[in-house]
Order: sequence, then structure tokens, then C-alpha cells
Amino acid sequence: MGFIIKKDQWINLAIVAATLWFIWFAQTHLDEYTVRILNNIAIFIILAVSYNLINGVTGQFSLEPNGFVAIGAYVAALLLLDADAKEYQYDIESPYPWVLALQANFVWALFFAGTFSALLALALSFPVFRVRGDYLAIVTLGFGFIIRILAINNPEITNGSLGLNDIPEFSNLYWTGGVALLAVIAILNIVDSKFGRAMKAIRDDEDAAIAMGVNTFKIKTMAFCTSAFLEGVGGGLLAALLTSISPDLFTFFLTFQLLIIIVLGGLGSTTGAIIGTVLVMGGSEWMRFLDEPMNIFGIVETPAMPGMRMVVFSIILIFVMLFAREGIMGKRELKDLFKKKRGES
Amino acid sequence: MDFLTFMQQMVNGFSLGSMYALIAIGYTMVYGVLRLINFAHGDIMMVGAFLGYFGIAVLDLPFAAAALLAVVGSATLGMLTDKIAYKPLRNAPKISLLITAIGISFFLENAFNVFFGGVPRAFPVPDYMSHILNLGGLVFSVSSLLVPIVTLILLGGILWVLFKTKYGMAIRALAFDVNTVNLMGIDANRIIMIVFGMGSALAAVGGVFWALNYPTVEPMMGVLIGLKAFAAAVVGGIGSVTGAVLGGFIIGFTEVVVIAFMPELGGYKDAFAFVFLILVLLFKPTGILGYDFEKSRF
Repeated sequence: MGFIIKKDQWINLAIVAATLWFIWFAQTHLDEYTVRILNNIAIFIILAVSYNLINGVTGQFSLEPNGFVAIGAYVAALLLLDADAKEYQYDIESPYPWVLALQANFVWALFFAGTFSALLALALSFPVFRVRGDYLAIVTLGFGFIIRILAINNPEITNGSLGLNDIPEFSNLYWTGGVALLAVIAILNIVDSKFGRAMKAIRDDEDAAIAMGVNTFKIKTMAFCTSAFLEGVGGGLLAALLTSISPDLFTFFLTFQLLIIIVLGGLGSTTGAIIGTVLVMGGSEWMRFLDEPMNIFGIVETPAMPGMRMVVFSIILIFVMLFAREGIMGKRELKDLFKKKRGES
Repeated sequence: MDFLTFMQQMVNGFSLGSMYALIAIGYTMVYGVLRLINFAHGDIMMVGAFLGYFGIAVLDLPFAAAALLAVVGSATLGMLTDKIAYKPLRNAPKISLLITAIGISFFLENAFNVFFGGVPRAFPVPDYMSHILNLGGLVFSVSSLLVPIVTLILLGGILWVLFKTKYGMAIRALAFDVNTVNLMGIDANRIIMIVFGMGSALAAVGGVFWALNYPTVEPMMGVLIGLKAFAAAVVGGIGSVTGAVLGGFIIGFTEVVVIAFMPELGGYKDAFAFVFLILVLLFKPTGILGYDFEKSRF
């Protein structure tokens, strides 16, 4: 009976088909500016759903994305640049021979970007998950700084603060959108599996989860490494989209944006993370006016205030946490909404 | 390296460590009562340094008055963040509290960045503070000598409050069981607010001293210093005030001494505290003087 498709699965297939059609339509019909924004949204969807897995689903507060995105971007960039291009742009120190020798096609570059991030996440898991308490947050926050320090102080590998330029522009909507679709499907399947149930159990009551025989260290580590893998891949896609990267690109602001996205969408909901990405990325473009000089009713002329958007972002975050902790979706997914409508929940 | 240079580095490390210690005390006390990593603590230190700067440069106050303004202002800000942002979330999942803390931290950094600019401002150090003393070849400024002295006096004061007063007893009780403390007729929220006030006041002292010794203030200064001070609190044993001071000294010493012996590691100076944090979590998560909070609750 394996070939009979249930009603829910028809809906899922329809959504996947519609997404694929939209990716094709956008890439071939829409103008360059829109495609650029859509590319950004697709990459941020990858980052947001994977960040949500550790923060929202497993309930372990982490501030890691900027570190792992940076790692992924650097690994992918080093693999995509050919030896001549590297030799040409390393101005501070000449690169190590093995750096010159690194070379792979785009698929392998993304794979290694993810794998390298996941291995580092595995290494971080041992100090932070063996102890109870919220050390993950502070360790990952520090990790982001360390990555920057390492990138600046090892110009033989990373070209220091100058960063890497002329990275081949492989990313287009087929890649970013396709990977985003795969990431969402993968995350939804993980959340629905026994591992996902264990993650939610840890979030809701860690003692009860331990009493039920859940190996909390293993489950937390799995969630963290999965997040890191997808964030590394996202970083690789970002590097191949922007074509130039530098240590200052991956600051804490990136993590903060993602935090707003998943909090606004509803911690623990993958659907919410996607909605949050669209809202925050769109809103971010729209709120650009805040950073520019303003003329309020023709009376007061305010000077340009770069950074005003970030102040607004942080106020939104605090506000959501205090007054609407569930965000837009709470912990529900799209399919739960359908169920509610049919009165089955 | 001769003895004199070595002693000189020790003095420098002692001075730097004291500043970390002052900030670490706030982290450790708040963690003790709320189990919360107060991400905004480093930024409250930054606000303290800025208030000191405004006191001297804008209001034209003498240094002592400006320092008082910084301490009172920061303590108020600390209590205010507790009242506005943390108190409504006492019964919420811990992750909400942490997210709010990060939100407050980001808000303070960026609000100061927007309104006062991200360019570091020179801190107007009074002449008697930058006066250079020479004790048998050891050279240091009055301010760098003052930091450890003030830190040790304040540590004594905090320990006195914690172990000799009724408020201190309430604070220590809170670290074990919030509900029982409430049953004893103690207003836990008021005690928590006092803890925030004390921690923030100490952070302001640390911030003003930082501004005196590295004479600039800028909106992002609290991020890295806060991170290192938290590492210091963990190294010393989170929840223990004496441990926080000890951890601060250890991290301050390491930074100064390692750079003195191996100048080629200069670029990694900011990473040492992080390495300490990881090592302590790996091998002795309770730190030097801390006790196991998870066990103490049962």
C-alpha cells in the first residue's frame, strides 16, 4: 500500500510543487533587485529554520549563527577560488601551499562548509552540554568573536581583514531556493521523528526527559550539529552570492536578526521561522528610511541616524518577549492550522 | 626578563584583573539569585563609563561627583531593567528571560551608538589620576593603583552585606529556593532588585576605572569586557562573590603576563578568557569556589 498518497501528503506535494514553480518563475521573470532580495530571504530561511531547531525546538539558548555562517562562508570561498585568484589577492601574507591547493566544485564546497561547521559544533558540545545551565549562550557568543579574531590573525589562510574577493557567483535562486526547500523538509522531518520528540521533551522539562531515558547530551549535540551544518551551508551560499567576504560581515547583528526572526515567528515553529524571515527581511528593507534623515511634518528635520533600525529591532524583540511571547505561530506548524479549521485538533 | 619587569607586569595584571573582578561580581550575584546570564551587564558598565564621561566633560563636575553620578545612574538603570524587562518574566521559560536580556543589551549598545556616535571619545582623566608614581623602578599611574585597592574594599563591603546583614541572608537564601524565601515573608522581588542595584553599581565603578586607565569610552566597549568578566565569574565559580574576584584576577593576570612573555600572541589577547571558560566547563564546571547549583536545589 506504499503508493497510496494520503490527503496530508497531497497538500505537502502541492506546496513543494508551488515552491519549485515560484523559484523557476522568479529566477526567469523577475528583475535583478527582487531576485537579490529573494536570494537573501532563501538563505535566511535556511539559517532561521536551523537556528530554530536548537533555540526553539530543543530550547537551548544559543547565539551561534554568525560564527558558523562565517566558517561556512570561508570554507566555501577557499574551495571555490582557484589558485591563481588566491595568489593574486593575498596581499598581507602569501598563502600556505595547502590553501592554494584547496579546490572543489560548488556542491562539494557547500558540503564541506556544512561539515566543517558541524565538526566545530561537535567540539563545542562537550564543554557546554555536559553541564546544566545556559553556558551554550555565552560560549557561542564568545565563539563568534573568536572566529573573527582567528580570521583577522591568520592572513596566510583568510587574507586577514581584507577578506576574500572575486568568489565565483554560483548562487542563484535555483541553488538558494532549492537548498532552502531541502533544509525545511529535513528540519520538519527531524522535528517529527523520535529525535524531534526528544528535543521537545528536553525543552519542556529536562528532568522529565532524563527520567524517561532520553540521553540529553546526545540529543542536544545532534540538534546543535544539525543547526551548525545547515548554517555552514547557508554561509557557503552567502559567500557565492555576495562574491566577497570579510571578517566584519559576520557580526553579532546577523545572529540578532535571526533571533528576531524566530522569536517573531514563534519559537519552535518552522512555519513561523519562514514567516518571520519574510517579515523581518522585508521589514528591514522597508525600515531603511529610519536610518536616513527625516523631515517630520515639515517642522523638525532629524539628521541621518545610522543604526536606528537596530534600536527599533531590539525594542521589537523585547516587546514581543514581554507581551506576545508566543510570536505569530506559537509552536504550531502549517498543518496544525489546517487541522484547526477542520475541527480535528 | 628581569625581576623588575616581571613585577611591573604583575602590577599591571593586578590592575586589569580588578576591573574584570568588579564587573564579574554583578554577573555572579544575578546568576546566583535568578540563574540568569545577564547579557546587559557589560552594557550597564558601558553606561556607567559614559555617565562618568558626561559628568566631567558636559556637566563639568569634579571627578568624584561624576563617579558618584555614574554609580547611582547605573544602579538605577540596573534596577529599572529588572523591573521592566525581567520581573514580568519570572515565571516564563528561562529562554524568554535570556532573549530579553540579549534584547536589552543590543538596545543599550545601539541606542548609545545612534545618539552619541560610535567613535571612541577621549575620557577627561583628572591630572592627579594620571600622575605617574615610581616606586623603586615600578612605574604606574595613580588610577591603576587605585583600582585594586577600591576593588578589595568593595569586595569586603559586599561580603559584609552578604554574610552580616539580614539583606545578605535573604540574598543567600534566594540562591537556594525562591519559593521558600517568599514563604518566609521576604519580598523576593525586592531582594532581586537590590541585587541588580548592587551589581550595576559595581559595574559602574569598573566602567569608570576602565575609562580612567584606557582613557576612551565607546558604545561597544561593554561587549568584550562583559564576556571576559562572565568568563571570570565562571572560572571563580559562578554564584561566589570571592570566586568572581579571584577569577577576574586570574584572567587579568593571564592576559598581561602571556602578552609580556609571548608578544607574538598579541592578536589573540581577547581569546584567552574564552579558552579559560571552555577549560573550566570541561574539567571543573563549578569553578574554583562555586558550588553545584543544580544539586543545591534539591
